Order: sequence, then C-alpha cells, then structure tokens
Amino acid sequence: MAQYAILAIVLALAAEFAKWREIGRTFFEPRLIEFTILHGLANALLNTALYTAGAFVLGLVLGLVLALMRLSPVAPYRWLATVYIEFFRGLPSLVVFIAFSLLPLAFSGLTIPWSPYGTVWVALGVVGSAYMAETMRAGIQAVPKGQVEAARSLGMSSAQAMRKIVLMQALRLMVPPLTNELIMLIKDSSLVFVVGLSAGQFDLTEFGRSTANTNVNITPLVVAGLGYLLITLPLSMLVRRMEVSRVTGA
Amino acid sequence: MSGIDPGRTVVKIEGLHKRFGQNHVLRGIDFSVARGEVVCIIGPSGSGKSTLLRCINLLERPQQGRLEVNGENLLDPDCDIDAARRHIGMVFQQFNLFPHHTALENCIVAPMTVLRLTRAAAEATARANLERVGLADKLGAYPAQLSGGQQQRVAIARALSMEPALMLFDEPTSALDPELVGEVLTAMRKLAEAGMTMIVVTHEMAFAREVADRVVFMDAGTIIEQGPPDSVIGAPREARTQSFLRRVLNPVHLD
Repeated sequence: MAQYAILAIVLALAAEFAKWREIGRTFFEPRLIEFTILHGLANALLNTALYTAGAFVLGLVLGLVLALMRLSPVAPYRWLATVYIEFFRGLPSLVVFIAFSLLPLAFSGLTIPWSPYGTVWVALGVVGSAYMAETMRAGIQAVPKGQVEAARSLGMSSAQAMRKIVLMQALRLMVPPLTNELIMLIKDSSLVFVVGLSAGQFDLTEFGRSTANTNVNITPLVVAGLGYLLITLPLSMLVRRMEVSRVTGA
Repeated sequence: MSGIDPGRTVVKIEGLHKRFGQNHVLRGIDFSVARGEVVCIIGPSGSGKSTLLRCINLLERPQQGRLEVNGENLLDPDCDIDAARRHIGMVFQQFNLFPHHTALENCIVAPMTVLRLTRAAAEATARANLERVGLADKLGAYPAQLSGGQQQRVAIARALSMEPALMLFDEPTSALDPELVGEVLTAMRKLAEAGMTMIVVTHEMAFAREVADRVVFMDAGTIIEQGPPDSVIGAPREARTQSFLRRVLNPVHLD
C-alpha cells in the first residue's frame, strides 16, 4: 500500500505544479514534429544505420581475429589481444573518437578514406571489436571440448575443426549477445559529432540537435530519440525471442 | 580368432609414459595389436586405460616411449598427425556427435573436408555405414532427436566413414541406459566379425568374453596381465585381476 501512496503523492504534485502547456510546447510541438520528420529525419536515420553497420562489420572481423588470438596457444598473440581488449574497453569511446578524428592532423599525409564515414567506422569498429572479441571468445569456449576431439580424431586440422565444427556452433550462442552489442554501437554512433560533419552527413543525434538549436525547441531532439528506438526496440525484442527459443531448445 | 594376420602389426607401443603434472598415469606400457585383432582393455577407473587409448591417436601426447600405428612413428616430430588420424577411428563415451548436423551430415563432414570427397561420394559411404549400424531410416535426424544408443551408433558410422584401419572405443556404452547397451554392442560385434581391428576400453565383461581375441587388464598405469578372455576373465592369475573381477562380476557380494 505504501508504494501506491507515494505514487499518488507524486502524481498529485505533478498535476498541481507542472506547467503542462509549456512542457507540451517545448517537447511535443506538433508543427515541429511534422517539420522534423519531413526535413531530414529519413536521411539522418539512414546515416546512423550506415555509420553503425560499417562499424559493426569491421568490429565483427577484428573481434573474431582478437578472439582467436586470445585462444591461441602462442603466448604473444594472447598478450597482444589482451592488451588491445583491456585498452579499448577501458577508454571512453569519446576519447577514441577524438583520437581518430585528430589522426590525419597528427600524421600529415594520412587520410582515412571515405571520410567521415571511414573515420567513424574505424573508431567505432575498434571500440566495438574489443567488446565483441570477448563475446566471441566466450561463445567459442562454450562449445564442449569433446567437439574438437571428435573433429580432430576424424583427421581435421585444428583450423578445419574450428571453422566447420566449433565456430558453426559458437555462432548460435553468440547471436543474442552480439545483437546487444549492435544496440550499443547504434547508441555510440551518436559520437560522430566529434568528427565534424556537414548537414547531409548528420546522424540522428546531430540532426536532432541542430534542428532543435535553430528552432529553440527540444521537439526535434525527441523525434530523433524516437528514431533510435525505432531501430533498437525491434532488435531488443529479437534478442529476447532468440533467448527464449534457445532455452526451450526450439 | 579368424582374420588375424600375426605378421601385420597395427599398433606397437614400447615403454610409454604419460604424466599429467605430478600424476604419473601411464608407467611404461608395452603393448601391440595385430591386424584384425579385437582387444578389450579392462581395469578399475583411474588405471590409465582411457589415457592409453587417447595416446594412440594422440589426443594425449605421451612424454616418453615409442608409438607406432600402421608402421608410422607417431611421436616423430615430422609425423603428420592429421594424416595419421584419418586411419584411426574413435568412438567416445559421450558420443560427441556434431549437434548442428544431421546423422548423415555427421558422417560426411570429415570425408568432404579432409579427404576432399564429393558430396555424392561421401554420402554413398555414409549411407552404407549408417545402414550397417541399423540406422538407414534416421539419415535426416539431428542428434538431439535420437536416443543415446542411436547416437552412439551414428558415432560409430561417422568414424567408419573415414575408412579407418583401426577403431578405438572409449567406454562406448558407459553413458547409455542399460536397455540401450545391447544395440551398440551388437553393432560393434558385427564390426569385429567383419575383421576390423579394434581396441575397446570397456566395463562390459560379457562383450569382452564373447567378442575379444585378447583381454588386457590394467591397474595403476601398468598392464598387469593379458591373454585370451577365457584365461584373463575366466581364470585370472594375478591377485589384482581377481579382486577387480570379483567386484565387477559380483558387485553386491559382501566379502
């Protein structure tokens, strides 16, 4: 009962003191909602998807290499991978983004191709790969040792056993956590503002912010936020479905 | 004892030692198997019999001794282990079937990957082998859809699909419900009668007695006694063999 009493008090205070009309005008102005949707939302959504997709692919490839290095019998590979993973997991993504956007200034002559997309892919991919490597390592290690023994006893090399038997099974275990990491990447892609973008290159956050700035109203940012949910909510639901079907063994 | 050609030795082991850290598991094993011979290894758990079997295809690497299979020195640093294992089939206690593959696919993945057979050729062999173990109607079934006995028979067919010269069985019926043991032993017996060279680590004394050409009793990392089943199981000479068999054959007896 006490919990409900607190809720009732909070609601009553909100009803008494909140300036509903003003809140509505600042956050949910219908004219601005329409304007935001019609002028650039689709492009920003597409950019966010592009930034994330490239980074995810790069992160997957790099992550797999790192995961295999961490499981390698060759100690220096293990050390290198561990240092990389701990380094990039320990740093704020923002710092990595700033570093990569300053790289062409520090090394004159160095250019990251397809800028700004290339820069974003590399920066976000490097950070993402550190997380994905650990997910993949866990997935690979979750495949029972007997599977490798069976494959090796049939004459497969360790590389063939890894490709044909272990990774095929590990992949299934990895899909739900990797989808979670994709969601994290989508949100982290909002850091692209560091790179310096022109209007056509804006992602959802930059688009929302600039439109909100020019209109001195928060509504466009709310719309941009809903744009993220448009991508992340279906993905979250997909993960939950996959996890349920894994438990039931379907 | 039909089909034994004493002139051809398939496995030859001399002075084999295996240690896991401080644990000295194999303490100087001398052991050989002729072509077509069926050898059952018995002994208490921890006696090193599974380790010996796993050394023969180098799933465990011994630290000392000689190990020859089909005339090839497997402990030679230049030996191609992957190539040597193609001729040594292995059946595990826990089956270790590939759960993401059907019964048929389990039997073709290695021939296609390792021997580079075409799918059609690999499937023809696989079908024949699955038929041989009585599973012609389960080609498309996934391991999870099969009983333990059926899974173990698929595992036997999978090993046979590489057309090995030697089959190793590591307690193949120990993980099975009692009523499913028979179908696996029958499949193994047919294989033995067809002339396959087999080394079987087992607790099934009836199988050892009826099918084996030779029984080897191991204890504490050494071979204590070996010979025809009628003498090792029927009339053991060594005290340790006698006490082990008493415990296995008459488990509820109070001494």
